[in-house]
Amino acid sequence: MSYSYSSGGHQYRFGSLRELMAKATPARSGDYLASVAAGDDEERVAAQMALSNVPLKQFLVEHVVPYETDEVTRLIIDEHDAKAFSVVSHLTVGGFRDWLLSEAANEKSLAALAPGLTPEMAAAVSKICRVQDLILIAQKCRVVTKFRNTIGLKGRLSTRLQPNHPTDDPTGIAASIFDGLMYGSGDAVIGINPATDSIPAVMTLLEMLHEVIQRYNIPTQSCILSHVTTSIEAINRGAPIDLVFQSIAGTEAANKSFGIDLNVLREGHEAALSLQRGTVGNNCMYFETGQGSALSANAHHGVDQQTLEARAYAVARKFKPLLVNTVVGFIGPEYLYDGKQIIRAGLEDHFCGKLLGVPMGCDICYTNHAEADQNDMDTLLTLLSVAGITFIMGIPGSDDIMLNYQTTSFHDALFARKALGLKPAPEFEEWLMNSGIFDGRDELHLADSLPKPFHRALAHLH
Amino acid sequence: MSNDREAIVVANPWGQLRQHTPARIALGRSGISLPTGPHLEFQLAHARARNAVHLELDANKLMEGLTARGYDALVVHSAAENRPVYLQRPDKGRRLDAASRATLEARAAGVEPADVVFVVGDGLSALAIEENVLPFLDAIKPSLAADGWKTGPIVVVQQARVAVGDEVGEVLKAKMVVVLIGERPGLSSPDSMGIYMTLDPRTGMTDESRNCISNVRPEGMSYAVAVHKLLYLMTEAKKRGMSGVLLKDEAETLASNTLPASQNFLLGAD
Repeated sequence: MSYSYSSGGHQYRFGSLRELMAKATPARSGDYLASVAAGDDEERVAAQMALSNVPLKQFLVEHVVPYETDEVTRLIIDEHDAKAFSVVSHLTVGGFRDWLLSEAANEKSLAALAPGLTPEMAAAVSKICRVQDLILIAQKCRVVTKFRNTIGLKGRLSTRLQPNHPTDDPTGIAASIFDGLMYGSGDAVIGINPATDSIPAVMTLLEMLHEVIQRYNIPTQSCILSHVTTSIEAINRGAPIDLVFQSIAGTEAANKSFGIDLNVLREGHEAALSLQRGTVGNNCMYFETGQGSALSANAHHGVDQQTLEARAYAVARKFKPLLVNTVVGFIGPEYLYDGKQIIRAGLEDHFCGKLLGVPMGCDICYTNHAEADQNDMDTLLTLLSVAGITFIMGIPGSDDIMLNYQTTSFHDALFARKALGLKPAPEFEEWLMNSGIFDGRDELHLADSLPKPFHRALAHLH
Repeated sequence: MSNDREAIVVANPWGQLRQHTPARIALGRSGISLPTGPHLEFQLAHARARNAVHLELDANKLMEGLTARGYDALVVHSAAENRPVYLQRPDKGRRLDAASRATLEARAAGVEPADVVFVVGDGLSALAIEENVLPFLDAIKPSLAADGWKTGPIVVVQQARVAVGDEVGEVLKAKMVVVLIGERPGLSSPDSMGIYMTLDPRTGMTDESRNCISNVRPEGMSYAVAVHKLLYLMTEAKKRGMSGVLLKDEAETLASNTLPASQNFLLGAD
């Protein structure tokens, strides 16, 4: 189907929903790279106006990636919940934005609606939202998940403790874990990106995290961010895996470039479930995504990168993850050029994820070849924290010495908690109090002296 | 004055852990925030890393080093004509420019295909290449000879992305390509080299076809460990006829590289 919008005697035409969505997308380098972006600002707004008039129902019949050749499209369409959708099925994209901003949209109605929304509907409405809309609407959504603690409750902000080390040295990793715990980080997960995807190395790290969590009785979960097939093999060999990790994308071809498909993810999910290691719940997958991944694998089908990113959340929600993380500025300036584009993308990803019912966190980050800096990250951190982001990263001094990029630090998470009164997951908060890391007066007040159990740990160094 | 400031900044009593990691741990805090010292040190590191991204590879100097070692080597260029284009057009960095392709095609004519071709690319850090390529090649050379690997010319590609190695390998009809490339500069590691091995390289391959060894540099993964891992991957890829995610790196890490995990301080016996 084709779409059009007339303005001041000029008629803009868009040959398909795919083209309309791409041209309606706020400007970003990756869409220019893919040659799908609007030619200028006026064409972009014309596309947004035309998009605002498209009925939501149209997304169920006009697919941006072909149903016949793409299993992600089949997943989206075949598992669409028509009953849940019925509340908004009469609306256009523009009408849907108004509905989301109205009092009709609240925690309860949004949770009920989530299975009735497709990623393309969420992406479409995000394209005609300003930053404040993306914040206000996402703030109403509540997605709660559980493993050894409860993630995503109102007024909470969790952190992934990311103790990466360039050679996976266990003592070096332990040093960063120690630093993070002392700053109250790690309730979402203690998650290591291993330097290599070798099974023996991954097994060693898994054992170590398992023992640390047990020794100090920490109500959190661990994850080694290795390929899902590595995790499956490690489980076969008896490794103590809490969360199975995988990077995912929004098309079958892009997932193939990651060496996965839905079937492999299902196997990974079943393997993790079989271990029954959760105590308060059994959400046991951790997914990472990021705008531009499909294009970088030449698997984008002419679709804009933000729409494809939202489609990755349909893959994620199929497997009831504990955590989904958009690694927003990691992929580089060819996809998100500068701070402005990274900030907008982070808010879009969080918004779409939450609308679709996914426990959305954000790796608020940038690389040294992007036009971005710490001030941009402070801005995005503050905006996402107001929007109710589920979790962020925590790393010593913002410097990932293994992956070579900058993300939020332990200090940054405390800034967000202090500025906005946000607390860690309740079970973890209690542990921080009881272990003496936070002093008893105030959950945001770090104790001045070293807590006893950790005093003993440092003594081992002598 | 400085004494007043020290009293306000809360120091962390685990500074001794810094000897175990280059991570920015034990920074202390002002309130809950970063103290002035580490805050400004970070800003300086970022400024330096930004400079490293834009440093140009000194190809002449690299060629001198390669020819002095007796390597057959040549310099070619990707389709990304300069740094700004390179940064915004990864597709161009993945392909050779027309003249380079013609040069390599001429080289390939009438020559028996090599078992492995080494490609050297500046990537996002020319500094990584200038510091690590020659010592790495020195380290791997004896094993390649001993194991009977037939190597092709060393192809230096300017403004290179990893996948340009596929085109180089394809044109030279190499059975395998190993790309040595500058990784994106980190704040604490502006000189980190990555190694990517692909069996049966062809233009248009994606990342699942490759095996990667990352952070090769004296302060990161040592040349000896990287050589060990790469030779294992090359041998297994050749033997099993596959590379990438299908081929897991089960190379035992060299004994000198790591302690058993249970020996770290967090898990010591009470």
